[in-house]
Amino acid sequence: MPETIKINKGFDIKIKGEAQKSIREVRSKLYAIKPIDFTGIFPKLLVKEGDAVQAGTQLFYDKYRENIRFTSPVSGKVRAIRRGAKRVLLEIVIEPDGRMDRKDFGTGDPAKLTREQVVEKMLSSGMWPVLRQRPYGIIADPDEDPKSIFISAFDTHPLAPDYNFIMEGRQADFQAGLDVLKKLTSGRIYLNIDDDAHNSRTFLEAEGVVLNRFHGPHPAGNVGVQINRLDPLNRGEVVWYLRPQEVAQAGRLFRTGYLDGTKIIALTGSEVKKPQYIRTVAGASIGEMVDGHVNQGKLRYISGNVLTGRKIEKEGFLSFYDSQVSVIPEGDYYELFGWASPGLNKFSFSGAFLSRLWPGRKFRMDTNLHGGVRAYVMSGKFEKVFPFDIYPMQLIKAILVEDIDQMENLGIYEVEEEDFALCEFIDTSKTDIQQTIRKGLDIMRKEMM
Amino acid sequence: MKGLRRYIDKIKPQFEKGGRFEKLQSTFEAFETFLFVPDNVTTRGSHIRDAMDMKRTMILVVIALLPALLFGIWNVGYQHYQSLEMASTLWENFWYGFLKVFPIIVVSYVTGLAIEFIFAQVRGHEVNEGFLVSGMLIPLVMPPDVPLWMVAVSTAFAVVFGKEVFGGTGMNILNPALTARAFLFFAYPREISGDLVWIAEKADAYTGATPLGSAMTGNMGDMPSVSDMFFGFVPGSIGETSVPAILIGALVLLVTGIGSWRIMLSMVVGGLFMGGIFNLLALNEYMQIPAWQHLIMGSFLFGAVFMATDPVSATQTIKGQWIYGFLIGFFAIIIRVFNPAYPEGVMLAILFMNVFAPLIDYYVLQANIRKRRKRWKNVSVKTT
Repeated sequence: MPETIKINKGFDIKIKGEAQKSIREVRSKLYAIKPIDFTGIFPKLLVKEGDAVQAGTQLFYDKYRENIRFTSPVSGKVRAIRRGAKRVLLEIVIEPDGRMDRKDFGTGDPAKLTREQVVEKMLSSGMWPVLRQRPYGIIADPDEDPKSIFISAFDTHPLAPDYNFIMEGRQADFQAGLDVLKKLTSGRIYLNIDDDAHNSRTFLEAEGVVLNRFHGPHPAGNVGVQINRLDPLNRGEVVWYLRPQEVAQAGRLFRTGYLDGTKIIALTGSEVKKPQYIRTVAGASIGEMVDGHVNQGKLRYISGNVLTGRKIEKEGFLSFYDSQVSVIPEGDYYELFGWASPGLNKFSFSGAFLSRLWPGRKFRMDTNLHGGVRAYVMSGKFEKVFPFDIYPMQLIKAILVEDIDQMENLGIYEVEEEDFALCEFIDTSKTDIQQTIRKGLDIMRKEMM
Repeated sequence: MKGLRRYIDKIKPQFEKGGRFEKLQSTFEAFETFLFVPDNVTTRGSHIRDAMDMKRTMILVVIALLPALLFGIWNVGYQHYQSLEMASTLWENFWYGFLKVFPIIVVSYVTGLAIEFIFAQVRGHEVNEGFLVSGMLIPLVMPPDVPLWMVAVSTAFAVVFGKEVFGGTGMNILNPALTARAFLFFAYPREISGDLVWIAEKADAYTGATPLGSAMTGNMGDMPSVSDMFFGFVPGSIGETSVPAILIGALVLLVTGIGSWRIMLSMVVGGLFMGGIFNLLALNEYMQIPAWQHLIMGSFLFGAVFMATDPVSATQTIKGQWIYGFLIGFFAIIIRVFNPAYPEGVMLAILFMNVFAPLIDYYVLQANIRKRRKRWKNVSVKTT
């Protein structure tokens, strides 16, 4: 029996709108791959508007690492190539033809292939980008041998999907995916499960992995916390990580020879009438999922969870790495003497609101900032939600003054934006901490290149 | 409510860039956000945010100070009538104290906020809420008979030289309220020390010494009873005398998670430790005062709960907070017992440790860095 690792610091945000355990099929009218989902790449297009594509056709590649390719999840026609300010490539929109015409990459038992063959298949099919690395949170480098690969089999973010539900019955694909990963590292593969959950056999019976149990509130499910506890990242080292669905997708590629972007996502949030799971394909437009299924009013649509997700439009697209869509009310209202209200309906990490008296209650939370941006005044608060052996405030300040040595000394390699999401949530000074961390990581990466 | 909002929306453009009152933008913003929590929504990062903000944080500290303030107001009246050997009712005490204390509060807030607004405006910043607390702390650490102009001068000094020259709220090294008190103490020693100021308009014949003053001068016979010192029926700075009132405030700070229990606890431990050593040595009468009695004398508890815990001037690291609190308690008692010039050591001990807080943090951080670097070294270096 593996030892249970206890995470004491952190907390779970009690927000309404958890998905019920049922699955709805939704077919979207449009799909898109968004280069902005991939940190630090510079996309070079391989298609133009009007081109016909198959599922698996290459759409663009990274200028800096040309072997990293990005492919279409469905077959159809390139409907639009959308650019933003300074001609930044935002999304490549594909209109499906409904035939699901798929490019054949050939089957193969990963155990019998060489590392080069495995890497090549992953790269050409566009499956490779599911592998990300720490430090920096960028797509993994195919030429590198990571010291270990981490798979967090549970997500502790607010309303996050339950992978034990999603992955049930996908044991063969998942195991094949693990066999693929085994080819990619000479180190260990860590599979981390939630100690408190009824875990799926897909995870419990997985072979070739080191199984670990984690117990505790968010961010216990964050891969960063798990790396920090099991195999801390040192300067010069690289760890890869990915999510369970992505492992299964990679396994499926080798078993069937086709790129299958099918995934199950959780549609969550207080404004969804019936929050539940949805079977869809990577990059799907959420329009068809939410249309008629959400409440009236001004809403925020988020690909991902409410802490780390990306704001999208109602007709926007699911981001590459996300298995969740959240819909919450916008908070653009004024509140008279809001700072003085007893706060029966306000959720806070602090004990400063009467809502504390009902510990089990869940809240309908909106996007109001609840205050204005201020200088950092409070100290010693971030530590309560930050289960790393790292001083969060000092690291943030080192980034703000761009002190590279100090950033390195204080452990920037071990963290990513999501690890600071709770600090950002509880910050009484209302600063954008995740953005600061990203800035720090970008500076470090530039320095190392 | 809607009407008020409409009115504010109507006049708002005049205070924005290019408007007629552009120069008063910070001032306008301060009043607007006082009335209404703004409609700002999250644009980056976490889409939802904690309901707690700086305003509520600061207001809660002010609420935590209220018991000490109310008791202090009553005690000012009570001490006054006591010195005149006049009987007085609860309301007479309270009314007399109110007439004495309220002007000090007004002067402290008006002076401090005026400077804050000016600096915010010149810098183009928002007005920070920090002074809501400082403005209440300053009257509470003043002697009741302090002249109002001295309150104004010391507040101005504290805000300008204690805070704004460092860059404003969040950047200061010293606790602003204590800076004000220290300024008063050193700038007007003749008017402010001795036994004159602790009871408002006392009768000349009455001693009017604080317990610490009595202990200092060796008049152990004049020391009030333990219960008087505990409940606060003794002369002293306005807010510092009553232990129960301060403990209620401590409870508010701890339940809301604003104050650091580590600093409060370690300061008490530090005080008891030093007091204990003095008890063992017992070279003079002052050293023989039981260690625990030091906690209920003077401003020890007030300092531990409201001053040492100031998150800006205290240490920022958790380990550092233990060291910082302990040393404040430790030094406070040493200064109290040994220093002939200053009867109360808490103020100086806190200011002293404020200065050393960054150094403590530095060493705590270095320990963390050394640990990490050691881990790096143990890694078999892959040279591929």
